[in-house]
Parts: sequence; C-alpha cells; structure tokens
Amino acid sequence: MPDLGLEVLFKGKNMIRLLGGLWAALKISLISVALSIPLGILLGILMVRKEVVIRAVTRIYLEFIRIMPQLVLLFIVFFGSARAFGSDISGELSSVIVFTLWGTAEMGDLVRGAIISIPKHQYESSAALGLKNSQTYFYIIIPQTVRRLIPLSVNLITRMIKTTSLVLMIGVVEVTKVAQQIIEANRMTSPNAAFGVYLTVFLLYFIACWPLSLLARHLERKWG
Amino acid sequence: MNIDFMLEYLPLYEKAAVLTVRIGCEGILIALSVGVICALIQYGKIPVLRRIVSVYIELSRNTPLLVQLFFIYYGLPKIGISTNAEVCGALGLGFLGGSYMSEAIRSGLETIEPIQTESALSLGLKPYQVMRYVILPQAVSVSMPAFMANIIFLLKETSVFSAISLMDLMFTAKDLIGLYYKTTESLFMLVVFYLIILLPVSIIGRIIERRVRYAGFGA
Amino acid sequence: MASELLKIEQLVKRYDEHTVINGLDLTVHSGEVVVVIGPSGCGKSTLLRCINGLEPIQGGSIKLSGDEIIHGSKNLPALRQKIGMVFQSYELFPHLSVIDNITLAPVKVQKRSKGEAEEEALRLLERVGLKDKAKQYPRQLSGGQKQRVAIVRALCMHPEVMLFDEVTAALDPEMVREVLDVMLNLAKQGRTMIIVTHEMQFAEAVADRVIFIDKGNIIEEGRPKEFFNSPKTERAKQFLNIFEFESVK
Repeated sequence: MPDLGLEVLFKGKNMIRLLGGLWAALKISLISVALSIPLGILLGILMVRKEVVIRAVTRIYLEFIRIMPQLVLLFIVFFGSARAFGSDISGELSSVIVFTLWGTAEMGDLVRGAIISIPKHQYESSAALGLKNSQTYFYIIIPQTVRRLIPLSVNLITRMIKTTSLVLMIGVVEVTKVAQQIIEANRMTSPNAAFGVYLTVFLLYFIACWPLSLLARHLERKWG
Repeated sequence: MNIDFMLEYLPLYEKAAVLTVRIGCEGILIALSVGVICALIQYGKIPVLRRIVSVYIELSRNTPLLVQLFFIYYGLPKIGISTNAEVCGALGLGFLGGSYMSEAIRSGLETIEPIQTESALSLGLKPYQVMRYVILPQAVSVSMPAFMANIIFLLKETSVFSAISLMDLMFTAKDLIGLYYKTTESLFMLVVFYLIILLPVSIIGRIIERRVRYAGFGA
Repeated sequence: MASELLKIEQLVKRYDEHTVINGLDLTVHSGEVVVVIGPSGCGKSTLLRCINGLEPIQGGSIKLSGDEIIHGSKNLPALRQKIGMVFQSYELFPHLSVIDNITLAPVKVQKRSKGEAEEEALRLLERVGLKDKAKQYPRQLSGGQKQRVAIVRALCMHPEVMLFDEVTAALDPEMVREVLDVMLNLAKQGRTMIIVTHEMQFAEAVADRVIFIDKGNIIEEGRPKEFFNSPKTERAKQFLNIFEFESVK
C-alpha cells in the first residue's frame, strides 16, 4: 500500500487542531446564518412593498450580491475597509459581514418568493376582517411561508458552510489553513501528508454538510 | 480613482479574464458531460453504477470547490496523479458542476411522462432512439433555466482558482493591492471584469427562463 | 375467411397480486374491425398495451402473423412497426412539428427517405383535413386535431393492425365526431383495427365484431347488431343498460 500520509493525523494534536479549524469555519457560518435569517425575512417583506424606491434599492442590492462571486465580496470588504476607514477589520469580521450580506440577499429572495406564492385572497380576506398590514403579515402570511422556508434555510446553512472555505483566502485560520500548516510542519517526516490531510478536510466538510442536506430533503418531502 | 493606473494594468486583467473564462468553459463542458452520463445512469436505474453516481453526487454537492481543488492539486500527486493548475481547475469545476448538471437533467427527465416513452416505443423506435429523439430534447429544454443557473454558479466558483496559483482575476487584483496599495482601483476593475463575464450570461438565462415558463415549443 | 393476423391464447396479466386479464383468447383476422367494450378497469386498455408489448405478461402468448410479441425482446421494435397504436392522451411529441411527429419513425426506424415520408405524411394529413397544420406544433392544435395527427402518425408506418385506446375519451364532445369519422373511413378501407371505446353508437356502426370484457375475460362476443339489440349474458345486459339510462338523461 502506498504511503497516504494519514499517520500525520495521529501525531500530537493534529486531529484536534483540524477539528478546531473546522469549528472556526462553522462558527463564522453559524453566526452569519443567525444574522441572515431575520435580516432576510425583513428584506423579503421590503421587496414585495409597492414603493418604487424601496423596490429599486432592494433589487439592486440583491442583484449585485448574487451576481458577484463571494470571494470578490470578501476582497471588497477585507481590503476595501482598510482603505475606506483607515483601519483594518479582521478577516473573521469581514467574513461575517460578507456572509451576512450574502445570506440576507439569498434569504430575502426566498422569503419574497414564498410571500408572492401566497394567493391574493389570503390578503383580501385578512383585510376584510379588519387586520392591519403588519397584522396580516404577522398572523396570516408569515406562518404560511415558514414551512416552505425552513427546508430552504437549512440548505442555505449548507451553502454557507461550504462558502466559509473561502475565508482562507483573506488569511483567516480555518480548517484548510490548519491543514496547510500541518502539511508544511511535517514536510520532512511525512512527505505524502498532503493526500491524507486534504482528504480528511474534504471528508470533514462532507460530514458537516451531508446531514443538513439530508435533513433539508426530508423536510422538503414532508412539507412540500 | 487613478485612471492611468487602471489603464496601465488593464491588459493584466484582460489576460486574467480570458484565463478565467477559458478554464470556466472547459470545466462547464466537463460538468455537462458528467451530468448527462450521471443523469442517464440514474434515469435508467442501472444497477451498481447508479449507487456510485449517487455517492459521487452527495460528495460533490456537500464539499466546497476550494477543498476539492486542494485535494486534486496537492493531494493526488502524492499517489502519482499529477495535473497542472489549469487542468486541475477545469477538472475540479467539472467534478463540482457534474452533480449540479446531473440533477438539472434528471429533474428535466422526470417531468416527461412515461407514456411519451410508450408512444414512441409503439412506433417501433428502439430505446436509445426514444431517448435521443423524444425524451432528451424535451428534458433539455425543461432543464434550460437550471442549466443557466448552474453555468452562472460555476463561473462564479472560478474565483477560487487563485488558490492553486492560477493567475486569474482574483490573483491579479490581490497582486496589485499588495504591490501598489491601489486598493480602490484594483477592486473596481475586479468587479467590472466579473460583471462583464457574468451579466450577459445572467441576462440570457433570464430570457430563456421566461421563454420556458410562458411559452414552449412552437411559440 | 381472411387469414388470422393476431392470435392471443390464454393471456394472463397480473399487477402484483391483482389479476387484470385471466386466460383470454382472441383471434383477429386480417381486415376485421374488433371493438372491445366493458366497464372501466375490466382490462380492455391493458389488453391493447399487452398486444403492443408495453407490458410484461404472466401467461399465454400473443402472436402477430406467427411472431410472438414478448415485452423486452430484441425483435419487439420490428414487430411494433406492424402495430399502430393511438393513445387516449394523443402523446404527440411536443418538441416536434406535426410533420416531424409523423415522419420521425418512418425516417429513423424504417430508414425511408425524408422526402418520401413527408410526401406521404402530407397526403395522409390531407385525408384527415389537416394539411395546413403540417408546420404547426402540437400545442397549437385542438384535442381533436391532435388525435387525428396521432392517427396519421401511426398510419404512416403502414401498420398491419391499428390499436385505438379510448381515443375520444379525453376530447370535448364537439370534437369526438371528427375523430370517429376518420376511424370509420379507415374501417371502410379494410384496415384491421382493434378499438377500445365507450361510444356505443360508433361501436355498432364500425364493428365487424364486438367483444364484451369483464373481470379480465371475454364474457360475450358477436355481431354488433345482435350484441347491442339482444345481448345474451346478464352482465352485458346490465352494462348496456347503464348506457341507455345515460342517453335517456
């Protein structure tokens, strides 16, 4: 059997370090998702309003965020902030800002889609009962959209986790960066470490994302 | 903003954009081929292969491209499979996109009622002819919007190519920021170039989506 | 007596534990028009699907001019060319124009030249009054027009026998007639046809022989006049009564 460089993982605290790196990535995505969901709901509600200005602004925001690669957004915030405010913001903070902006756009679009899929007479019958606009959303529309949104939100978490792999590129120490460090440190003793360690990182991401994908699919089938 | 600086480094961005688009297209072509094969295997319920395909799809969809690229570029050579950065980029994109394309085609295939197959069979067409002349053309047009969405997604994903030291747009921008501190100019050009690549695809995608949604064949 | 074209012996068709056709025998002679009637779920559509090899069968045999029709067998595509089938839901190919729908199989299966196939297709379309629709797409046609195209599509393969599976059941009432007229014409030309239908008047007009199926087997068969005027079995009487009641309403 060829040397797959797997022994490095069992040396010292290497495995623990990798898991720590994964946690760093997961933390960024979880914080971003936690912020994106409420902000996205707000954006979605704003997007179906009739005011032209609000519509235009939200539309442009959504289109720009969605068409740009997330890495470009990361560069803009990470490198651009230093220029704009004269002070660096950390890679972690940049990541949370970008992923929240992105997650909010994605979530907002999902919410918008869910809201406009509610038949018009739901609004009308609610208005006929004398409910105010805000009450209509709160008691009638939102409860109906939530079921449709939950599986989509779970999917968004998976996408968010995968996207956090990008933060390596702005110097955040996460699982892939830790992997690089481990491979570098053991270059002499385990020249083949790159195979085993990157394979492990690959599988770690899979283990983090796959159950969520399964859950989303299950919920979609159950509530679809 | 310093216009002269931007004009001076415009050719660098152009070169990078061409590289990005070229590898992107190669990767998308690989993804399409992989996708068609996988979708046919799943649609035809071919034993064993079908299992392998679903394992591949889950692995590809639940891991980030960056990690896939690192494994192909730095990991695989250790067991004797070496690639250069360009080939690796296209292969990685193909590995990632294949599963997305496959799902798009498969869901297109599943919208075609089985009785269409039967009516084609009843005319004496052989099973592969039924697929080639009756089912696939319909499925492909149903899947078109999803195809376009995947193409945009994959073109965006090319932004990580700089991680395996391909001199793409991200690489160029980062380089210029590091060398000259012209952050605003470098980032501005980066955004403009990505818009030049992605906006037309996005617009075409939207036109196609409207076509498929509101019309159909013979409109 | 004309020669035997289709010979079905002891046909058994089961879905899991549910027996749909149970030891059915039927011989159709060349040039004969056989109408199959019976309550829904009696197995009449399944019978047609078996004849076309669309369903695996669990017993018995189906032979067309001596060649056995076996689901999944290698020579099935060749045999199917001799069997034209028209479906209740038309099943035109939506991505192909009318003319391409008709010429697809003649060109790809029978390797006929495109020009010759199109010529014949146009001739047949003219006969059913749809020549001007040749370049249109299925979605631009009414149900009755689609069904006439579907009949032409089957005819263009020069089948030895035509199967019609409730071809007017999905049509609006005012379009039923135009399709039935086409079928009556085919019958007059001496085509061999097996027709599953709920149109009793049409059945009486078109059939050489009527077959009444219930619970997966032939209960009664005979000349149309005799069958419709004085059915011999109790079940056939009951079945025909339902229709009379409906026409009184």
